[in-house]
Amino acid sequence: MSATNENKILDFIKQFKKNKSAVVGFFIVLMLIIFAVFAPWIATHGPLDQELANRVLPPMWDDGGSSTNILGTDDFGRDLFSRIIYGARISLMIGAISVSISLLFGLIMGVFAGYFGGKVDTIIMRIVDIMLSIPAMLLAIVIVSILGPGLSNAMIAIGIVGIPTYARIVRASVMAEKEKEYVIASRVNGSHNLRLMFKVILPNCTTPIIVQATMGFASAVLEAAGLSFLGLGAQPPTPEWGAMLADSLQYITTAPWMIFYPGLAIFLTVLGFNLVGDGLMDVLDPKLKEK
Amino acid sequence: MFSYIVKRLLWSVPTLFGVSLLVFLMVHLSPGDPAITLLGDHANKESVEKLREEMGLNKPLYEQYFIFVSKAVKGDFGNSMKTKQPVLDEFKERFPATVELATVAMILAIILGVGAGIISAIKRYSVFDYSAMFVALAGVSMPVFWLGLVMIYFFSVKLGWLPVSGRLGYEFYVDDVTGFYLIDTLLANDYEAFWDALKHLIMPAIALGTIPMAIIARMTRASMIEVMKEDYIRTARAKGCSRFSVIMVHALRNALMPVITVIGLMLGTLFAGAILTETTFSWPGIGKWIINAVYQRDFPIIQSATLIIATMFIVVNLVVDLLYALINPKIRLS
Repeated sequence: MSATNENKILDFIKQFKKNKSAVVGFFIVLMLIIFAVFAPWIATHGPLDQELANRVLPPMWDDGGSSTNILGTDDFGRDLFSRIIYGARISLMIGAISVSISLLFGLIMGVFAGYFGGKVDTIIMRIVDIMLSIPAMLLAIVIVSILGPGLSNAMIAIGIVGIPTYARIVRASVMAEKEKEYVIASRVNGSHNLRLMFKVILPNCTTPIIVQATMGFASAVLEAAGLSFLGLGAQPPTPEWGAMLADSLQYITTAPWMIFYPGLAIFLTVLGFNLVGDGLMDVLDPKLKEK
Repeated sequence: MFSYIVKRLLWSVPTLFGVSLLVFLMVHLSPGDPAITLLGDHANKESVEKLREEMGLNKPLYEQYFIFVSKAVKGDFGNSMKTKQPVLDEFKERFPATVELATVAMILAIILGVGAGIISAIKRYSVFDYSAMFVALAGVSMPVFWLGLVMIYFFSVKLGWLPVSGRLGYEFYVDDVTGFYLIDTLLANDYEAFWDALKHLIMPAIALGTIPMAIIARMTRASMIEVMKEDYIRTARAKGCSRFSVIMVHALRNALMPVITVIGLMLGTLFAGAILTETTFSWPGIGKWIINAVYQRDFPIIQSATLIIATMFIVVNLVVDLLYALINPKIRLS
């Protein structure tokens, strides 16, 4: 690594550390990754292990709770803490896959629209407008209702729904970059269109894309939890937080912990990514925030 | 200005057609035969064939699309597979419930959001600012269905203050005049029913209003901070305007411009929230209706409801754009 690059990174860390809420967000995300990676070691039980003798036990600090089931158990005697820990894996997977789908197609559409302009731009942006005129959650629900309920279809639906946002952002940055001197220089040097688009221009458009991807991760997790809550995403007994909530509705009066903790996990995860995204926006591109 | 309006109006026509084509293709290219869905897996071949003929499923795809669009333009969106009722009638029946919920949610969001945003902007970096902005960020990250359930647990189960679900208690009856229970109960001078309707509305409205409130608060703060740096604010101060008048008249009026645009564009967020909120609170509105249609694979409803909502969406965006152009002299005079 060159000295200037090292300086840049150190400078970035310094700036990022100044933003307290971003640091909090960073630690939430870090915890989430640790939970996901080391789930078998952190969890006290298997996520699907049923102990029917220990059904609907309260958390350990409540009357009747025990230290073997830290957050209590659900109606099948499954350990809630362990299911939430394993749920981190699913949430990270949902975020990563959905964002990748949105990013891949959004990037291609955005780069082509921004680079070529004219008719190509009009056609692509028309498609984007059409997709944006259906509320995202409704579009996701329609897609899932056609593909059939399930976690993978939910991820595909959320991925598709996210495409227009990325397409717009990429297009705007490509348009801003393409007339700059280094691009013209590269063109004069004989670079062909594809090289100019993806090797020369795109690397200089990463800032808004990174910010959007971080925020997009948060909304993907939130939307997926929503779909699962509606019974259209992850299906039982998958330890997905939204599905866990949906499964426990009838226990709201008798075992509120079954609803409280999975929801808290969703909230903290989404908050963590939003805080990091906000912090990145501050550090990488203060102008973006003012808009 | 006139040419801008015309251009904007003309642009929305192809978008509408695009939406109708997208919705049509999604539903018609989906796996599974609607006739079999309707009759069940064990239906005999003849009755499936007969139903396919009746539903026009044997015609070429482009012809089916043409029929779909030409009927939709006339307001005929087909019938529900399950209830056989016209989709538009079912939509109209449930629409006021969603609008009432969304309106109250938005009023809450605007009052609290704009209020918090202003105070945060003038008392920048104060404890209030930090806490308000943290609450706002938490609000954006909030799963509305979870917030709804937690509220149900505290206010209905634990404290018994508020009803868990629905729009009105069974002991009340209200004549459907406007479809908005808060108004209808007042028209009937039934204050007890009004109070009951309000109690049913409050938790869903808070749940639905949280995300818009958070977004509005952040927008208002950012926009106020920007505006307070402007020369005309300094001028207003210099000519001796009171602090209150500078903030509320000179600054707020200009700061609210981007906020108004965001409010208009937030309709989508609001509708997504409505689907989840209505499911959580069994609120008999459009969101719950669509989800039930999805559970029952009632494709005419899914297809037409999506088209109707997208149309309303496009119209609202158009109106917001035009209003914005009307308020903003930079666009109005160009």
